[in-house]
Amino acid sequence: MIEISNSELQDVPVQKLPVEALINYTLNLADTSLILGHRNSEWTGHGPVLEQDIAISNIALDLIGQARNFYQYTAEVINKNQVAFDLPYVTGRAITEDDLAYLRDVLEFKNLLLVEQPNGDWGQTILRQFFFSAYQYLLYEQLQKSKDSQLAAIAEKSIKETTYHLRWSSEWVIRLGDGTEESHQRMLNALQEFWMFTGELFKPSAYEQVAAAMQIGVDVTTLKGAWMEKVTAVLEEAKLPLPTTPALQSGGKTGTHSEHLGFILAEMQFLQRAYPNSNW
Amino acid sequence: MGVHELENLFQQKVDHEIKIEPKDWMPEKYRKTLVRQISQHAHSEIVGMLPEGNWITRAPSLRRKATLLAKVQDEAGHGLYLYSAAETLGISRDEMLNQLHTGTAKYSSIFNYPTLSWADIGAIGWLVDGAAIMNQVPLCRSSYGPYARAMVRICKEESFHQRQGFEILLSLSKGTPAQHKMAQDSLNRWWWPSVMMFGPKDDESPNSVDSMKWKIKRFTNDELRQKFVDICAEQVKILGLQLPDNDLKWNDERGHYDFGAINWDEFWQVVKGNGPCNKQRLDARNKAHNEGAWVREAAIAHAEKKKQRTAKAAA
Repeated sequence: MIEISNSELQDVPVQKLPVEALINYTLNLADTSLILGHRNSEWTGHGPVLEQDIAISNIALDLIGQARNFYQYTAEVINKNQVAFDLPYVTGRAITEDDLAYLRDVLEFKNLLLVEQPNGDWGQTILRQFFFSAYQYLLYEQLQKSKDSQLAAIAEKSIKETTYHLRWSSEWVIRLGDGTEESHQRMLNALQEFWMFTGELFKPSAYEQVAAAMQIGVDVTTLKGAWMEKVTAVLEEAKLPLPTTPALQSGGKTGTHSEHLGFILAEMQFLQRAYPNSNW
Repeated sequence: MGVHELENLFQQKVDHEIKIEPKDWMPEKYRKTLVRQISQHAHSEIVGMLPEGNWITRAPSLRRKATLLAKVQDEAGHGLYLYSAAETLGISRDEMLNQLHTGTAKYSSIFNYPTLSWADIGAIGWLVDGAAIMNQVPLCRSSYGPYARAMVRICKEESFHQRQGFEILLSLSKGTPAQHKMAQDSLNRWWWPSVMMFGPKDDESPNSVDSMKWKIKRFTNDELRQKFVDICAEQVKILGLQLPDNDLKWNDERGHYDFGAINWDEFWQVVKGNGPCNKQRLDARNKAHNEGAWVREAAIAHAEKKKQRTAKAAA
């Protein structure tokens, strides 16, 4: 597994890192989409009303589809460049999208902490989706201009889906924030639960910095202003206060996760690990 | 026009394959039969999401995960069309859901069996969706227009699901010995409940006579069951697996497969609520509905506020 720590980064010229940075950068995008898709799919069959059960499942499906595109591309980069990538059970063959999703452990996953948090009630799921989609929309908007044509193409395809996710989740934040007394209270609670994880979205990891410097990735620090603007506007319409507490929780991008991810992976990866090297 | 004449006219339309539409006169018993059948069908789609949904988070590959998620989402869509079709007969979705949640409405008993392995997702696709298609294809020609039209769309998607299920089982059967065993175990558990999906024997099926006359139903339970067995007995050979019935044998004289005795005690016990998962399924539906109450209330309250603001702005 390739990791680029900050200290390494200072010593190595940027141009020597393109493949490694690209792999880590793409895995970060893939893992984040997969884990949120997985979380949303836990609602399938249990939604508050049939139409919304379908909507959240649809978003889950979009996100898993995006993750597949990123994983497939990562696998292609690894295989083409013959990068030594250590995975259990994988020897003497090309790496696949499934190897990357099912055979890496918690410390190797690079998703944002926000997306691995438990679903909570419908209000929490909605708010998490809104925070994320508002960010992902801005991210894809920039990623479409990536010098890496494959990343640009995936972003261009995915932003259409994200546009819908953002509209849907914004509408629900407003509906629940400005609905009943109970729904308002639940949204206040959701803000309390998730605000602390939003800082990480704009705090670049070393590989994001390299990717941004190479113009294959997005400088996430530049997205914060537009994100705050969107969040402020929607929360205001929802009659919800903009939190003023610090949003300091981070680490997901470099593999330091919350306790929840281990359980997600234990469930998600069970068959692949119990019956290794099987075709499904 | 007297009731007798209306009934004659109605039956003539049915006999001439003219669709009955929501605003047409219809016998009260025809309406009730349809409400019962369509709502049961809708409930089956919704409850059926649970045993399959069980495996979305554990699906063994990204492709399988996406396909299963899409499939379960399709079932939700089917539930939606069917509730809408039933609503054209003068019952609300809330009323139907209430009947489901209180246990007064039935749904297909097959969903009261547990999904214990990944192979069960294959078996449900191949056998359960296969049996459902056998029942549902004739319903595309049902005399009631909205139901028939909903079924056309549903059948297209179901046949896609059945192929996916077959393909899951085929991959497992041709896979490692452990996977092959998983597939066989799954067929052992799902075969008989699937054969029971066609309902009681014809001479014990109370609603069949009128339904046949009104062309809600086109084939009897036993006719459809035989057709299902005949097809599966052939397809299982391609899978390289066995159906768990020692009496399954081709009968040249009848031109059909003979098959073993069905355990009707088990069938009636599951119908009455004593199957392995009846309680869990109903509990899960009730939990989702109850926990969603505040969301539905908030959506109504917000819509109301918006309406008032618009009215105020216009005044």
